[in-house]
Amino acid sequence: MTLPFPFPAIVGQEEMKQALLIACVEPRIGGVLVFGDRGTAKSTAVRALASLLPPIQTYEHCPYNSAPGTPSINGHDRNRGGEVTKATPVVDLPLGVTEDRVVGALDIEKALRKGEKAFEPGLLARANRGFLYIDEVNLLEDHIVDLLLDVAATGENVVERDGLSIRHPARFVLVGSGNPEEGELRPQLLDRFGLSVEVETPRDIEARIEVVRRRDAFERDPDAFCAEWEEPQAELRERIASAQARVNNLEASEEVLRKASELCLNLGADGLRGELTLIRAARARAALDGDERVEIKHLKAVAPSALRHRLRRDPLDEAGSSTRIERSLEEVFVA
Amino acid sequence: MSEGDHTHGPWADARLVAGLLAIDPGLGGAVLTARAGPVRNAWLHLYHAILNDDVVWRRIPPGVSDEALLGGIDLAATLKSGKAVERAGLLETIGTGVGVLPMAERAEAGLAGRLAVALDSPKPPVIVALDESAEPDEVVPEALSERLAFHIDLSSVALADLKFGGLELDPEILAMARMHLPHVLNGGAERALTAAALALGIDSLRAPIFALRAARAAAALDGRDEISADDVSLVARLILAPRATRLPTAEEEDQPEPEAPDEAEGAARADTPEGDSDDAPAPDDLTEITTEAAKTAIPPGLLAKLAAGASAPKSRGAGKAGAVQKDGVRGRPAGTRRGDVGQGRRLDVLATLRAAAPWGKARRKGLARFKPGPSVEVRTEDFRIKRFKQKAETETIFVVDASGSLALNRLAEAKGAVELMLAESYVRRDQVAVIAFRGKGAEMLLPPTRSLTRAKRSLAALPGGGGTPLAAAIDAAEAAAHAAKRQGRSVTLVFLTDGAANITREGEAGRERALAEARQAARQLRAAGHAAILVDVSKRGAEAARDMATDMGARYARLPNNNPGALADLALGAAA
Repeated sequence: MTLPFPFPAIVGQEEMKQALLIACVEPRIGGVLVFGDRGTAKSTAVRALASLLPPIQTYEHCPYNSAPGTPSINGHDRNRGGEVTKATPVVDLPLGVTEDRVVGALDIEKALRKGEKAFEPGLLARANRGFLYIDEVNLLEDHIVDLLLDVAATGENVVERDGLSIRHPARFVLVGSGNPEEGELRPQLLDRFGLSVEVETPRDIEARIEVVRRRDAFERDPDAFCAEWEEPQAELRERIASAQARVNNLEASEEVLRKASELCLNLGADGLRGELTLIRAARARAALDGDERVEIKHLKAVAPSALRHRLRRDPLDEAGSSTRIERSLEEVFVA
Repeated sequence: MSEGDHTHGPWADARLVAGLLAIDPGLGGAVLTARAGPVRNAWLHLYHAILNDDVVWRRIPPGVSDEALLGGIDLAATLKSGKAVERAGLLETIGTGVGVLPMAERAEAGLAGRLAVALDSPKPPVIVALDESAEPDEVVPEALSERLAFHIDLSSVALADLKFGGLELDPEILAMARMHLPHVLNGGAERALTAAALALGIDSLRAPIFALRAARAAAALDGRDEISADDVSLVARLILAPRATRLPTAEEEDQPEPEAPDEAEGAARADTPEGDSDDAPAPDDLTEITTEAAKTAIPPGLLAKLAAGASAPKSRGAGKAGAVQKDGVRGRPAGTRRGDVGQGRRLDVLATLRAAAPWGKARRKGLARFKPGPSVEVRTEDFRIKRFKQKAETETIFVVDASGSLALNRLAEAKGAVELMLAESYVRRDQVAVIAFRGKGAEMLLPPTRSLTRAKRSLAALPGGGGTPLAAAIDAAEAAAHAAKRQGRSVTLVFLTDGAANITREGEAGRERALAEARQAARQLRAAGHAAILVDVSKRGAEAARDMATDMGARYARLPNNNPGALADLALGAAA
């Protein structure tokens, strides 16, 4: 299997890269939404994640990617095979997917042939302990998005259908991408994504040429290109692993917490979810930076991604949400 | 187009595309715009013939089910044989071969998405998407067309053109080119192609990446070691031109300045080499050649639009396959019915077993009746399919009188209402469109959309003034409503007019005739049975507006001026 395009070789798009790395370090952040034009490395960045994360230990044939030593789920233990190391799963969820394929369904073959009530796991099971990527999330049917967000928040897939009553772990980071020109996401759904970033195609000609050059070099000889980028790749892998180990021990000072609240109040960002995400993201950012404590600079760095999609929309205010956050950052941190 | 010189022209280009795809399948494939017919068949035949014998060639049926595409258990065969019969998925069968997708413009977003994932995989297939679109609202889903290097239009190729081949595409030459391909150098072509793509307003970076790859294939075909200016012009014509969204301007300064970056984007920019566009090198000769080549190859229809300053037609994310309402395969469950599985339909296992149960032993023949075994035998005729109901989308079409002096106010009001409707959270899957009429006819200012971003952009420039072609407006509204209904949406029309008319359908002045035509159009509209509201925008309420509402079978309403909120409420009330 050929390697994906190396993450550090993606030109620019720093905000998107930061958001994805934060989600790697702190999966509880609740997913990342990437909105922007086509051909801006959205899919490339998400697919590159798999090779950044430490591989997972699991059983060869376990459809849920269960960790070794965990009890088997729903009778799938009989032949889950020996322990193996697998790459962190990055599962694509295509548009037009049926609910069956997402949550899993009664295994029809077994039901009809053996009269057995068996469960056929769906995409949620396959994404367990990894990433679930939905391109064009804004075109996905609402009831599927609802369902995904619900599972992403609880980390468990509960199936009550076809006479089945089954639950299995489904802990994954949801990454959705889309083009706002083709329709937007309901605010209720927007707000449940932890981070939201807007990507733009680079306007600078040199940056664009660099993108074309790197992509072309990769396509011509993926192995050589990946070898060339192995060092930065290894460094980043190391940075993520150490950040994962440290993130829960980092503390946010009273001042940081207070400023986070002030910022949310100032922006009228609804609910406590924004504040919580802001602190979690700042903590992950501090861990990634190798810093000992969460500071104001971390807060500032993650504020646009954490709050952009939580602002109450005023259709008559022409200023984009990014501008409003910037304005607010200046106001709150002027003191 | 191709008199005299047969080494140029659309057919020669199309042949070349086949050759380039055969040399480098990594180009993804092509969108082939042509009606079914001998020309299209000739191209497919040609392409098939130059491929190696071991390359798989399969058609992808437009309504292909997930099971057929991705593989799975063949249920009917399984029951019949009593053994699990696996069916290989079509994508698996195709492998790195060629998949031909007929009626690509009607492909559903889901199918396009799956093909896009396959094209992104390390071992991608080649997809030839046959685009037979007849109407402007039918487009090949962008998720798919974006990932196919070539967009070729064969509609102007005549049968006589087919006799002339142009360049020779011999399997041996192609095999040599394939061997030669890894050694071809870029020769700085990436700069020219990237710059030309930017000048043509092509945002996606996939275009220059494809163009570079194709240029290398062209050089390899010619047996050269480096991309030449000719190769670059060629791919500019084949790959960049069909994607252009604006005409290149002579001076760099004319290009729109990048929008003010926000903080995070500023950081992104700082990271790129040479952050400032000021010290970007002046476009060199190759860039100019490239841009010029692309410019001359921009399809005529598109050229006219671009020259008129209009933005290029934006394609939607998904083709419209005619929304299935009653027998949907998604949505809320709504009972079961008899039928076959496949095409995404779900078997209702409990209902199927219930249907098979009463037959029990009766179906077991002879001595088998006395043997132990399952007491229920399921046959194909027992299959019960789950039915689902999907909530129909709604579409609200505003038809705004943009004539005369009050035009700007009314348009602003309609714009405000549209933006409010789109911004409100409960307008989830609902679309809004705006038709304005003035001068000689009616114009679709905002095609049906759900996107606030798009609405803001389209409605930014509001034309106003001139005569009142009411009849043309009603005709346009009816056509739009008809199109929406065909796509399975329920429609509400909101007219903002005072009921006056003074321009006929032919675009001539004449109050009496114009009014008579308008009333006739109104009665036709009523016969079509669309829900409509007529908002009287005259100062004191006009008799003419009331009559027009009666003719249309529309609700008559008057609103305080400059109140987009009230207008939005009215429209939403009617849609509910």
